[in-house]
Amino acid sequence: MFDKEEMKKIKQLKNEWENNVVQKTLKRFPERKDKFVTGSGKKVERLYTPVDLEESDHNKDLNFPGQYPYTRGVQPTMYRGRFWTMRQYAGFGTAEESNKRYKYLLNQGQTGLSVAFDLPTQIGYDSDHTMSLGEVGKVGVAIDSLKDMEMLFDGISLDKVSTSMTINAPAPVLLAMYIAVAEKQGVAPDKLKGTIQNDVLKEYIARGTYIFPPAPSMRLITNIFEFCFKEMPLWNTISISGYHIREAGATAVQEVAFTLADGIAYVDAAIKIGLKVDDFAPRLSFFFNAHNDLLEEVAKFRAARRLWAKIMKERFGAKNEKSLMLRFHTQTAGCTLTAQQADNNIARVTIQALAAVLGGTQSLHTNSRDEALALPAEDSVRIALRTQQLLAYESGVTETVDPLAGSYYVETLTNEIEKQALEYIEKIDKIGGVTQAIEKGFIQQEIQNSAYQYQKDIEESKRIVVGVNKFKIKEGSPKGLLKVNPEVGRRQVEELKKLKEERDNHKVKENLKLLEKTAKTDANLMPLILDCVKSYATLGEICDILRSIFGEYKESVKL
Amino acid sequence: MEGKKIRILIAKPGLDGHDRGAKVVARALRDAGMEVIYTGLRQTPEQIVETAIQEDVDVIGLSILSGAHTHLFPKVMELLKENDIKDIIVMGGGVIPEEDIPELKKAGIAEIFTPGTDTRDIIKFIKEKVR
Amino acid sequence: MEIVEKIINGDRRAAAKLITLVENNFSQAQEILKKLYNYTGKALVIGLTGPPGSGKSTVTDKITKILRGQGKTVGIIAIDPTSPFTGGALLGDRIRMQDLSLDKGVFIRSMSTRGHLGGLSQATQATVKILDALGKDIIFIETVGVGQSEVDIVKVADTVVLISMPGMGDDVQIIKAGIMEIGDIFVINKADKEGCERLATEIGMMLDLNQNKKWHPPVLKTIATDNVGIKKLLEEIDRHISYLKESGELEQRRRESAKKEIFDLIQEQWKETLSTFIDNGFLNKIVTKIVNREEDPYTAVEKLSNVLVHSYTQGGVKND
Repeated sequence: MFDKEEMKKIKQLKNEWENNVVQKTLKRFPERKDKFVTGSGKKVERLYTPVDLEESDHNKDLNFPGQYPYTRGVQPTMYRGRFWTMRQYAGFGTAEESNKRYKYLLNQGQTGLSVAFDLPTQIGYDSDHTMSLGEVGKVGVAIDSLKDMEMLFDGISLDKVSTSMTINAPAPVLLAMYIAVAEKQGVAPDKLKGTIQNDVLKEYIARGTYIFPPAPSMRLITNIFEFCFKEMPLWNTISISGYHIREAGATAVQEVAFTLADGIAYVDAAIKIGLKVDDFAPRLSFFFNAHNDLLEEVAKFRAARRLWAKIMKERFGAKNEKSLMLRFHTQTAGCTLTAQQADNNIARVTIQALAAVLGGTQSLHTNSRDEALALPAEDSVRIALRTQQLLAYESGVTETVDPLAGSYYVETLTNEIEKQALEYIEKIDKIGGVTQAIEKGFIQQEIQNSAYQYQKDIEESKRIVVGVNKFKIKEGSPKGLLKVNPEVGRRQVEELKKLKEERDNHKVKENLKLLEKTAKTDANLMPLILDCVKSYATLGEICDILRSIFGEYKESVKL
Repeated sequence: MEGKKIRILIAKPGLDGHDRGAKVVARALRDAGMEVIYTGLRQTPEQIVETAIQEDVDVIGLSILSGAHTHLFPKVMELLKENDIKDIIVMGGGVIPEEDIPELKKAGIAEIFTPGTDTRDIIKFIKEKVR
Repeated sequence: MEIVEKIINGDRRAAAKLITLVENNFSQAQEILKKLYNYTGKALVIGLTGPPGSGKSTVTDKITKILRGQGKTVGIIAIDPTSPFTGGALLGDRIRMQDLSLDKGVFIRSMSTRGHLGGLSQATQATVKILDALGKDIIFIETVGVGQSEVDIVKVADTVVLISMPGMGDDVQIIKAGIMEIGDIFVINKADKEGCERLATEIGMMLDLNQNKKWHPPVLKTIATDNVGIKKLLEEIDRHISYLKESGELEQRRRESAKKEIFDLIQEQWKETLSTFIDNGFLNKIVTKIVNREEDPYTAVEKLSNVLVHSYTQGGVKND
């Protein structure tokens, strides 16, 4: 980015500065430690200068916002046009309680919904399954049938909000329920805006709510791609998630690498069933983590955008600009929240959210201060949402596009993260792709190693966590935590019993039979699942049919 | 032959898939010289207790982040009692609100380790208890 | 009830506790094993070995399910290496056998090598007996087939199954390392992966070099996760057992196994005896002499052996 003569001069001056000025200072004031590293353990130099960007090319590597390779953002004007979508992940207890929380959040100025489902729902069990005992309504809302879904969105116009649903293995069932609810409101599928997570690969890697083995899972995922391409053009068909990979302990580089490697696998799968890359790729979306190291995180988002654009263009030959753009949701890092001095988490979340905004996120969830202790209470969620509003309206960082570009440090980090992530992707290619790398336990083990190192660094005080291994105080137990009503499980089970008495059981049986038959072929299952859902077949019934045909995944762990 | 080695079962009861903590603790215990049996996700209390019997462990470590601990931890204790097992120490970890701890301890859980726990404290606890 | 009685009546806890005692304090366990011996000898013992990641546990899981369907009871001993640096171990074989954990007809025990391979082999043999007395019809011993010493452990089995998988690069190497001859059945798991045919041919060629045996080891292909080829594997195991019985090799093998056990036990006991000498400072005196060049190690050991034999025979070995 600088001409040769200028660069030579800078190098020479830098040497002089190091040998004279710095050495003198070091003698009098040694630095705090021998080695400085980023939050992910990458080495950090004392100073970055144009010398570090000698190989960089402004027009090729950065270019302008809204232009390939989108390093500076996917839209030309970014937040000068519209802020990111403020979207707090929420849901607990019954559909009725969650519905109340959604309305509260919308009243507080939230601009999109994000539905958290309870674990039985995520793993395709009804509330009355033995495995569901003690789990119903705990980490999200319990959904057994369309009836619950109707209650969940009661009084919320689905043509006005965009909804994100964190659901993976049984994604087709929940998407079908959403479509059915919309239909009852008189909203056609092609008007629906939102995202379904639908990313099973990261469930095998990091999150654990899988049901079926990889092959049938990939089929269900691509069924959604195909269905949405025809019926729901505004819907994001997948949210390829690095968030949980990072939460499981991955570094920034690993987060980018494994997420994009998953992305590659989905694109491959869709192409394999005959879809054209530019038909489905524009609806792929991503989901990243915003961790503590502000500048490394900003660089991570920029690197991910650039690398994905290159992959789509060079590896898959995508032509549509929208296919090349990595659009992403961000959540601040849950794993950084501390149970100790919980209010400190507000400051942590602010820094992390700032990273997401400086990194050009399309939507954002900010964690609440009390989430290392329990599900967030209402006033904690409000502070978290206010943090986003503060960044948007008061901080000033939104007034220009990609304000950190050109920082020698941020650009160097961006280059390094991209390079190292690509090396990982090449390694995974060599193993035979992501599915194989998961089966061999390679990815899981890489993450586990990083997680263990992170923990050891904290215990050896190489990494300081304020309030945990430094600046500790004695404190009383926190007050006002959210408690999920213990009656939820019982109520869900009763409702389920009632439903099974009231619905047209003959029709349910017929629809399920047809689903079973079709699941054995390679036809798209979305229309049949939609029929099942509309006749009030339960989530568990539908998933049981699919389990009987697809089998169940057994985790592959390398310890 | 060598003397006694501490054997410990690290288990994830319920449907919660967050196993970062369980795996980090398992590794730390291994590095402290213990034999750690890890059984993977989605274990029922019945599976956990039967495994503990067959493996004759000194300690069971349960990890839950989903909030289902109020149901699943006491269930494990109940089954141990049913099997007349008094010599296995049970400890728990995860996102567990402080106000739940007294009840869990009353049910027989020896200790609860919440987020931010130093693995050396867990090791110390086990070594003191298993004697 | 006495522990032996408890075990032969199917008390899983008593069996588990005795296995622990075997691992922690063999000489104490020995007293109980002596009484247990009469109740053993009924079970068939199958050894499974192969490189890490080849799917041993999954194969064991699937075979066990079939055996259970036939009404047979199963014991599984899953052995993983102890970390040489910390002395600890992470034992994860049960993850692949989760479905079996509630089946009262199955008993699974994870063991770690604990650094002593002689001791391990002795502990494994004792554990086989405990599970046998507990009433298990079939007992699997599962080891990571990377070293000769681990292979020694499965040698005590009636039938040894060697598992490999395509695409591991050095898979054949593992089989080459002196392990080939102990395999009665060869399994190529994950047979849907690239390189399966090549691996099958290579194994076949190596087996051809070993033509003088009466039993020609079959080479089978399985995809254990999908239950493909497992039934056939079980049939081959049955066929091998019948062959062993008919040819008289079963008795021969059990004699070999007993011989090996005797040697293992003697070795371990001598080691223990030796350690009491260390405690007494006797050995230290000899060491000092050797280091000071007052005596050569060869003569010293000759003398030491004489002392050991003498004191040991006086200590209680009777000729009856």
